[in-house]
Amino acid sequence: MMDLRTDLALISEWIAEGSHVLDLGCGDGTLLAHLRDTRSVTGYGLEIDDDNIALCLQARVNVIHTDLNQGLSDFADDSFDYVVMTQAIQTIHHPDKLLMEMLRVGRQGIVTFPNVGHWHARVSLFFGGVMPTSRALPSEWYDTENIHLCTLRDFEKLCEELDIEVLQRAVVDKRHHSSWFMRLMPNLFGEIALYRLRSKPVKRIYPKK
Amino acid sequence: MPDILPPDSVGLVTPQTHKFSTPLALDCGRTLPSYELIYETYGTLNKNHSNAILICHALSSDHHAAGYYSMQDKKPGWWDTCIGPSKPIDTNRFFVVSLNNLGGCQGSTGPKSINPDTGKPYGPDFPIITVRDWVKSQARLGDVLGISQWAAVIGGSLGGMQALQWAIDYPKHLRHCVVIAAAPKLTAQNIAFNEVARQAILSDPEFHAGHYYQHDTVPRRGLMLARMLGHITYLSELGMRKKFGRELREGKINFGFDVEFQVESYLRYQGSSFVDRFDANTYLLMTKALDYFDPASEHNNNLSAALAKVLAQFLIISFTSDWRFSPSRSRQIVKALLYNTKNVSYAEIKAHEGHDAFLMPIPHYLRIFKSYMQQIEDE
Repeated sequence: MMDLRTDLALISEWIAEGSHVLDLGCGDGTLLAHLRDTRSVTGYGLEIDDDNIALCLQARVNVIHTDLNQGLSDFADDSFDYVVMTQAIQTIHHPDKLLMEMLRVGRQGIVTFPNVGHWHARVSLFFGGVMPTSRALPSEWYDTENIHLCTLRDFEKLCEELDIEVLQRAVVDKRHHSSWFMRLMPNLFGEIALYRLRSKPVKRIYPKK
Repeated sequence: MPDILPPDSVGLVTPQTHKFSTPLALDCGRTLPSYELIYETYGTLNKNHSNAILICHALSSDHHAAGYYSMQDKKPGWWDTCIGPSKPIDTNRFFVVSLNNLGGCQGSTGPKSINPDTGKPYGPDFPIITVRDWVKSQARLGDVLGISQWAAVIGGSLGGMQALQWAIDYPKHLRHCVVIAAAPKLTAQNIAFNEVARQAILSDPEFHAGHYYQHDTVPRRGLMLARMLGHITYLSELGMRKKFGRELREGKINFGFDVEFQVESYLRYQGSSFVDRFDANTYLLMTKALDYFDPASEHNNNLSAALAKVLAQFLIISFTSDWRFSPSRSRQIVKALLYNTKNVSYAEIKAHEGHDAFLMPIPHYLRIFKSYMQQIEDE
């Protein structure tokens, strides 16, 4: 895979050799095919788009037609080493419930999303008075699939409420590059956020809310 | 009738018959001392015999899955949409075997055949055949053709159930299993439809307790009704609306019970043409095979346990408007395979054609099917 997106390349480094992985919203299967070829990873992709399902099959990636808004009830507890969701959480009806589901079926979760706390978004709302658009978020407010946008701080607050522990965090820009000022002020300069998560050791039965 | 054969057709085909003299012990406890299976093949078997694909047929189809018998044929085989050069089941790459199942009426031994013990047609005395019996007989056909491992076993509807049974009974003898518009067992509603179809046949005065051959007649009305009922369940409400609406044949209502609406005309035509090509006793048998199919029943009704030892890679396909075998039924198979961490892919195709969709040239369906088949290695 010559042109693996940087966020996917970063995720690949987070995933241990030989793991069993569930990829939510797996697209054309790039990540799973890459992990299979380079790290002997097995697993499944979940996808709802017809064209992407055909592309997954062409890449010999196991793909299951799934609407992520219906949850992950087809999967047993702790049946995966990692449950990955790249650039999809902002399109989900109940991101908090899906996060809990991810950490129910997987021992760890990996989530990436576009950061609305990025300075460009703040500037366009503050000075322009309009909902921000960017290369990471190209749609207008009325036709966007991104119904649950958040900033790094919002996301970490939710993790805290859900008793989810952040094991690792990284941010990259729209070209999926990273730099020292992003590391210094990730919520201001990171356009795409990456998180590796797990449930805090003592599992709560009910969410706090 | 094709003036010239389409370039993506397997062309003119001829069926072959093999006589099996080794007795076949059946699930019902009886044994068939000998039997014949009629089959067709398309494409060429490679040197290693590793590119063979078995097609399992549904309730009312047969071995003629693709191609034409003559240039006078009005229609090609029943799955010509999917079998042929460059089609999903690509005959440039694969050697395809399609047979008429035991108990059938198109050339394989069935109720119409002569019972060697009596010298008369079996009729209602033909043993009830199960999906597992079919798979066993298909495995023997594979032996005859020198195929020890199928590249894939593929079927739609009742055919998909046979493919699933193959993966359970002969795990090492297939590499891929494609199950389309099927279910792990029938629901009470499914069985109810089958029962009404059977009652239509059984209560026809011309049925003569299944011995209608000797009376030189057929239970025409019963079989026709059974088929009409079946057709309603193979289509979706939207599909019927799109196809017929409330269109009238003569453009006006006649205040009578003759055919008025196009949908009536369609059902009567389907029913009556079915009687000309199908045997009522076979129809009864096939519906029973459907009703009895339930591989989980031998594992405390646990489908995951039934599928624990399968080795094949699976492609499961369902259609959104199929209410006879709805997507949720396919998902039960998917879930049981996921539970066992088996290789499985699942596609739910948006289609308004109902259960019949698996026979239709729906572009997205064919693309998904082809994408999967192209990855099957033929070595």
